[in-house]
Amino acid sequence: MKERLQQLQQEALEKIEQANDLKALNDVRVAYLGKKGPITEVLRGMGALSPEERPVMGALVNEVREVIQTALEAKQATLEQAEVEKKLASEAIDVTLPGRPVKRGNHHPLTRVIEEIEDLFIGMGYTIAEGPEVEKDYYNFEALNLPKGHPARDMQDSFYITEEILLRTHTSPVQARTMEKHQGRGPVKIICPGKVYRRDNDDATHSHQFTQIEGLVVDENIRMSDLKGTLREFARKMFGEDRDIRFRPSFFPFTEPSVEVDVSCANCGGHGCSVCKGTGWIEILGAGMVHPNVLEMAGFDSKKYTGFAFGMGPERIAMLKYGIDDIRHFYQNDVRFLQQFNRV
Amino acid sequence: MFVSYKWLQQYVDLTGITANQLADRITKAGIEVESVEVRNKGVQGVVIGHVLEREQHPNADKLSKCLVDIGEENPVQIICGAPNVAKGQKVAVAKVGAVLPGNFKIKRAKLRGEESNGMICSLQELGVESKIVPKEYADGIFVFPNDAPVGADALELLYLDDEVLELSLTPNRADCLSMIGVAYEVAAILGRSVKLPAIELKENDENVHDYISVRVDAQEDNPLYAGRIVKNVKIGPSPLWMQARLMAAGIRPHNNVVDITNYILLEYGQPLHAFDYDRLGSKEIVVRRAKNGETIVTLDDVERTLTENHLVITNGKEPVALAGVMGGANSEVKNDTTTVFIESAYFASSVVRQAVKDHGLRSESSTRFEKGIDPARTKEALDRAAALMAEYAGGEVVGGVVEVNTLQQKDVVVAITLDRINNVLGTTITKEEVVNILTNLQFAFTEHDGTFTITVPSRRADITIEEDIIEEVARLYGYDHLPATLPIGEAKPGKLTPYQAKRRHVRRYLEDAGLFQAITYSLTNEAKAMMFALETAEPIRLALPMSEERSVLRQSLVPHLLEAASYNRARQVENVALYEIGSVYLATNEHELPNEKERLAGVLTGVWHAHLWQGEKKAVDFYVAKGILDGLFALLGLENRVEYKQAKREHLHPGRTAEILLDHKTIGFVGQLHPVVQKEFDLKETYVFELDIEALLKAEVDDIRYTAIPRFPSITRDIALVVDEHIVAGELQKAIIEAGGELLKDVSIFDVYKGDRLPEGKKSIAFALRYYDPSRTLTDEKVTNVHEQVIKAVEQQFGATLRG
Repeated sequence: MKERLQQLQQEALEKIEQANDLKALNDVRVAYLGKKGPITEVLRGMGALSPEERPVMGALVNEVREVIQTALEAKQATLEQAEVEKKLASEAIDVTLPGRPVKRGNHHPLTRVIEEIEDLFIGMGYTIAEGPEVEKDYYNFEALNLPKGHPARDMQDSFYITEEILLRTHTSPVQARTMEKHQGRGPVKIICPGKVYRRDNDDATHSHQFTQIEGLVVDENIRMSDLKGTLREFARKMFGEDRDIRFRPSFFPFTEPSVEVDVSCANCGGHGCSVCKGTGWIEILGAGMVHPNVLEMAGFDSKKYTGFAFGMGPERIAMLKYGIDDIRHFYQNDVRFLQQFNRV
Repeated sequence: MFVSYKWLQQYVDLTGITANQLADRITKAGIEVESVEVRNKGVQGVVIGHVLEREQHPNADKLSKCLVDIGEENPVQIICGAPNVAKGQKVAVAKVGAVLPGNFKIKRAKLRGEESNGMICSLQELGVESKIVPKEYADGIFVFPNDAPVGADALELLYLDDEVLELSLTPNRADCLSMIGVAYEVAAILGRSVKLPAIELKENDENVHDYISVRVDAQEDNPLYAGRIVKNVKIGPSPLWMQARLMAAGIRPHNNVVDITNYILLEYGQPLHAFDYDRLGSKEIVVRRAKNGETIVTLDDVERTLTENHLVITNGKEPVALAGVMGGANSEVKNDTTTVFIESAYFASSVVRQAVKDHGLRSESSTRFEKGIDPARTKEALDRAAALMAEYAGGEVVGGVVEVNTLQQKDVVVAITLDRINNVLGTTITKEEVVNILTNLQFAFTEHDGTFTITVPSRRADITIEEDIIEEVARLYGYDHLPATLPIGEAKPGKLTPYQAKRRHVRRYLEDAGLFQAITYSLTNEAKAMMFALETAEPIRLALPMSEERSVLRQSLVPHLLEAASYNRARQVENVALYEIGSVYLATNEHELPNEKERLAGVLTGVWHAHLWQGEKKAVDFYVAKGILDGLFALLGLENRVEYKQAKREHLHPGRTAEILLDHKTIGFVGQLHPVVQKEFDLKETYVFELDIEALLKAEVDDIRYTAIPRFPSITRDIALVVDEHIVAGELQKAIIEAGGELLKDVSIFDVYKGDRLPEGKKSIAFALRYYDPSRTLTDEKVTNVHEQVIKAVEQQFGATLRG
């Protein structure tokens, strides 16, 4: 009987080993462990054994059943695993096929530059002031120390609508308006971005419509060195921490002293290259100390208050930053141009 | 202003400073030197030759065969093509081996069988611009004075071994429109002194008043008028050095008298005019405003009609010059002139500017008057001109000056403390440094207790206030020495206004939704100005547009966005999705600024979504555009306050256009472009929208408040309603929401059907209604109750029936 059991175990294990799928395995289970199976038969025959032999034999039967059961389970797991793998293999896809595109537009490059500058100055405590694009001659010129007949008006040929109303030629009238609103009390600390217009023929370097950003700080004890420090900070944040700036004397009717501000060339680091025309410097800004006439006209006591102002052209900055060669690109809105500014 | 380095040396010692170094110093101190031009454009081996013989070339009509002494052992034969070459002339000869501009090497050659050992040169061939070459030599070779030494370097004799600095002057630095002015600037920069020209004037014992009298009727326009008579002049070429200096400054030499007036203009910045005394037509000069309609033929042979806005010099009867701008042809100095009346005057800039503007005539004189001259030099310049005419035109200066002088000249005195200078600049400049700078500027000043009292010389009319002095100190001290600091004082955080912040959110949303930001022009043409506008007003037209295309301010952003789409389509970019935020301009009245309103507009055309290998391709349609706007309203918290109403608008598809209302007020539209307009812009099916973004961003919305996450299950019931075709979904939905009350959480449309399975004129719209009670689990019974009310409501209001 013992031999019979061992033989059955041997046979069962072999058949389990041979089973190729879950159905075959189940057949083995039924065949050996089922109610009509040989082991059950052995158990039935136990009645003929002596009481001493019965528990010994019973233990043996259980042992055999357990071995077969364990083998069945192990095989089942293996077969199931194989089945899953087969299914997954049949589900394989070509991961190199293109994904479903996410439609995405982006900022116009000028907005990109303007927002970057705005954020930089907001970080330094400035607020953003805006004003009308169609402006009174008074705010565009007179309040900025450019009385009628001033020779410097030649510098900016303007689009007039009536004798007193024109398209603003710079964003400076926003400064005049903001100062006026402050009614002679500082501090004023603003950035003024916006569209401006000049009577120019459109070509690669001129546009009758373009953008400007100007800044203005008026307070007691504002010094020209503060202007230099502020613009150096700006240049470094905008163009790289190792940038330097330099002031060159210049003339603007609304500032005195007036300077043009150069930033060391980011392309060559200041050694001279084609971008900076060999000078190592690139002109980026006009700036100066607010002319006392401008302060007084806006209601500030120029003995008590001083201020600085600066202005720059986002087009020029964008052209330098991105290597754009023609200012007309900014206003043609060619999608092939716009979409180039679609990433960080 | 062109400044000859060699000429400048006459006034300031430039030892140890090259032209390039000087240019750099001048630029750093405030006047931009745009270029330093080397006048010798690589010319080598050009010498003075003496034409010993000249005969016709045997084989060529237009060539001459010349024998030229070039200071070497034997004279050389040179074939010359210039029409004016003649025996006895002193000429510039490029010897064999010489180099001309453009690295053009002179070789021995045979021209039509005759040997030529070199080339006789015109000024142009030596690198001089044609427009400044004296007229008589314009079409041929240049002839040197007889005393030019044979074999000498011709370039040196022409003063072409020089460099010219081109100054780009800002309007405030008119003082540098003269060599003496530049000399003062350079002297200040270098800390050197200025040598002014010595004037040796010999007058005869006649009295100028016997020759001429002057009356000024327009004293405001002409506060100073002075004149001298020089008689017995002999018109001829001016000395070569003077011609050379004029050419270096970009002025064409004419004759000795005219050249001297131009030379003084360059030297002193004082424009002069020389009249032929005998052609003046009277013995008096009257300066007055022109009469309306009066005419003058100016030196350029153009007849000009004058108005009372123009100042003229007259002979008491008719104009002989347009004051400060150009002389008259009637009194021009010509080759037979013997007596000259020299005018040196101070004309107000405004009257000269007016003439320049009205006649489109700008001259070296008018430029200087427009920018303002130094009246202190007016008479000195006159004396120097008379002295030079005596010296170089053989003239005799008649005794005395005719003069009308009503000039009220007051010294400009500015007082400033050292502290103020340092406080404004943020520097620690010492008293000694300021003293040094003011001394170098040759400003008269006293200093007491740290206060400088400065008398500004009349040549620096740009300096009137403390800040001007601060600038002088700063620029000569050097901005490189300015420290870099940050403003001290109250530090407030910077922040966008709520409007600005929301506008940025809107931009980002639209871009993430797939639209590119466009920026288009504000100026458009009359036809496009009012197209699509949400509100219209009288078009605002520029007084002086540059083109009709850019002559009127826009009232809608849509037309230029359509142009952009069209521009793209013409370049094979068929799928375009653009938006713009920008101003439109609505006129109020002529004397007020227009109403500038910010708008948001968009254009969508072509394929909206494509994933081709998965068989997906979706063109833009009305609902794509609407969906983007729905998202925008949701972003702004306004989705429940916005309504779309079927509408008809010009230029849009009559059946596919909606007006958009916020709180029951129209704030915009969205729709398909009318096929006619679509064709005009050369587009395919296109959708546009425009919104009053100010209304959207300024609408007050509550802050976000948390509401509890649902704890109980909700129950969804679907209904399909059959209604007449003309009933719109929005109305049905509104009625359902109203009838559903508090329990009805949301209603969505999941099917719209029109077709065979319904009677003619009917459609079916299927809604999913989700019910939810935040306080308890809903019972079927309760939902059924409400649901039946909903169905009853739509039955009653729209005659809707449930679709079986």
